[in-house]
Amino acid sequence: MASKVVHAYYLDDEVLMDAVKALKIKHYHIEEVFTPFPVHGLDKLMGLPHTRLAICSFLYGLVGLTVAVTMMNYIMIEDWPQDIGGKPSFSYIENLPSFIPIMFELTVFFAAHLMVITFYMRSKLWPFKKAENPDERTTDDHFLVEVDASHTNVDELTAFLKDTGAVEINLKDKE
Amino acid sequence: MYTLSKNLKLIPIILMVVGAIGLAIGFTTTPSTIEEVKEQLASHHDAHGAAHAPAAAHGAHDKAEHGHGHDTHKAADTHGAHAAKSHDAHDSDKHYEHVLHQLQNKPWAALYVAAFFFFMIALGVLAFYAIQFAAQAGWSPLLLRVMEGITAYLLPGGIILFVILALSGFHMNHLFVWMDPEVVAHDELIQGKSGWLNVPFFLIRAAIYIGVWSLYRHFAVKYSRNQDESPEGNVWYKKSFKLAAVFLVFFIYSESMMSWDWIMSFDPHWFSTLFGWYVFASLFVSGITVIALVTIYLKSKGYLEQVNDSHIHDLAKFMFGISVFWTYLWFSQFMLIWYSNIPEEVTYFITRINDFKLPFFGMLIMNFLFPILLLINSDYKRINWLVVMGGIVILLGHYIDVFNMVMPATVGKSWFIGISEISAVLLFLGIFIYVVFNALTKAPLVPKGNPLLEESKHFHY
Repeated sequence: MASKVVHAYYLDDEVLMDAVKALKIKHYHIEEVFTPFPVHGLDKLMGLPHTRLAICSFLYGLVGLTVAVTMMNYIMIEDWPQDIGGKPSFSYIENLPSFIPIMFELTVFFAAHLMVITFYMRSKLWPFKKAENPDERTTDDHFLVEVDASHTNVDELTAFLKDTGAVEINLKDKE
Repeated sequence: MYTLSKNLKLIPIILMVVGAIGLAIGFTTTPSTIEEVKEQLASHHDAHGAAHAPAAAHGAHDKAEHGHGHDTHKAADTHGAHAAKSHDAHDSDKHYEHVLHQLQNKPWAALYVAAFFFFMIALGVLAFYAIQFAAQAGWSPLLLRVMEGITAYLLPGGIILFVILALSGFHMNHLFVWMDPEVVAHDELIQGKSGWLNVPFFLIRAAIYIGVWSLYRHFAVKYSRNQDESPEGNVWYKKSFKLAAVFLVFFIYSESMMSWDWIMSFDPHWFSTLFGWYVFASLFVSGITVIALVTIYLKSKGYLEQVNDSHIHDLAKFMFGISVFWTYLWFSQFMLIWYSNIPEEVTYFITRINDFKLPFFGMLIMNFLFPILLLINSDYKRINWLVVMGGIVILLGHYIDVFNMVMPATVGKSWFIGISEISAVLLFLGIFIYVVFNALTKAPLVPKGNPLLEESKHFHY
């Protein structure tokens, strides 16, 4: 069964927010919203779940800290505990202050980079990826709401969207 | 308008009375002669031995503990060459005289640490208050009256501190070793610094710091009240803005010098360039924490209805961020000195690590590890009781921080958190609560003339 979607265009983020609110009340299923810039509060209005990226980042930071500690403990203390300028290399804790800058940097490095990579993977972004944008104007000054139209009366939906202030409404086949 | 509850009238008075009695006990039980020191040490020694007697099986352990109680002087003496000699000289009167001075300093140092700690909270809040004006912060106007209330402690606290400093200057105690002319006569290093470290100049400087800070506080509060009366044109608000900017310039210089005078000069042989910033971080985070605690308290009593979770969230973010900033400065100071290990600088940390191991490293857990793990979560920063818990630990941690800065040079190995220390904290806590909450009753808790008030009421993060 070929699924159909309706693309409704808006010119203002305030109008868009009201439209999304109205669609939610009517229990229409919003597939996607395309905006040229972040619209504050849109995610809450759409009922999107909270991101867990920060939790990932915290855990990645712990990984980085562990890597730093294990690496330096092996290299500086266990493998070849040389006397370098009188630094005490008898145990990790005795030489700890000189390791802290690296522990800090690796924690930040892992937390930041792995979080960014996670973000790319979760949002399916990479070089040479085919843009999923249905209309170029949404990167400039138009807002687009994509509503599932397979199981609803299209005329009714179109009329409803017109009322919410849409400037252009198209019925599309979804690939 | 805020009115004091019955409890808040009674509690500070009880605290002050209990604290004063405890402190009086602390002062009367200090030994005044070498003989008394010997007696006190002997009884302490016996008690120590008796407590460990049943554990005789742990021979080595017992001995180690034993050595800690009695022979620390021999083991931990940092004056390398002197150490061998002090073994013989251990029982001589010279050692007991040393201990006598330390024990005589103990209640004074306890008084000083508590006086400075509460004063620095008011000072930290004042700096934060000025920054809110200079930065034209839109979130904080609802909290400005709370800050004004807390900074009311600045003048009385400053006067108490000045009196203690003056008493030191008049040789009522031996807190500042450079104030002792006999010591200076034999100490070329202090002689070289006497152009800065001399009692009249020291007291004049102290009077200037306290005076100018109090003047800023006085006019800032006055302008804030005037702005309520005549908000048209924001005349008083603009004056406040300019005054805050001027104050912040003065503050950053005077705070740095204050930290050399009031804290660093306890160790007149030692110096550190980032010390002023380090003390600033400590007082700033304590101040912000107290703002959060007082705000949460007033809100829980229904006086700050428009303060929402987002305001608490912002304060908690500041508590978190400045805690990390404090740790950064603590570590920068420690690591640079540890790494290069220059004898004249490193003794500062050697005495602290040898004699103050638990408070010295314990404060890192309280001031860094605990807040960073507790307040890193965005949701937790909105839960009032978690912020209160974190705040109390941060405040205790920064009390220990001041303790660590003052005690090693004044009482050395004879330190102990006992009656004097706890009583001094209770006494100043009582004065602090009394002054702050009385000041809060003097004006409406919402500065209604502030041009950014509407934004603050709808502040949402």
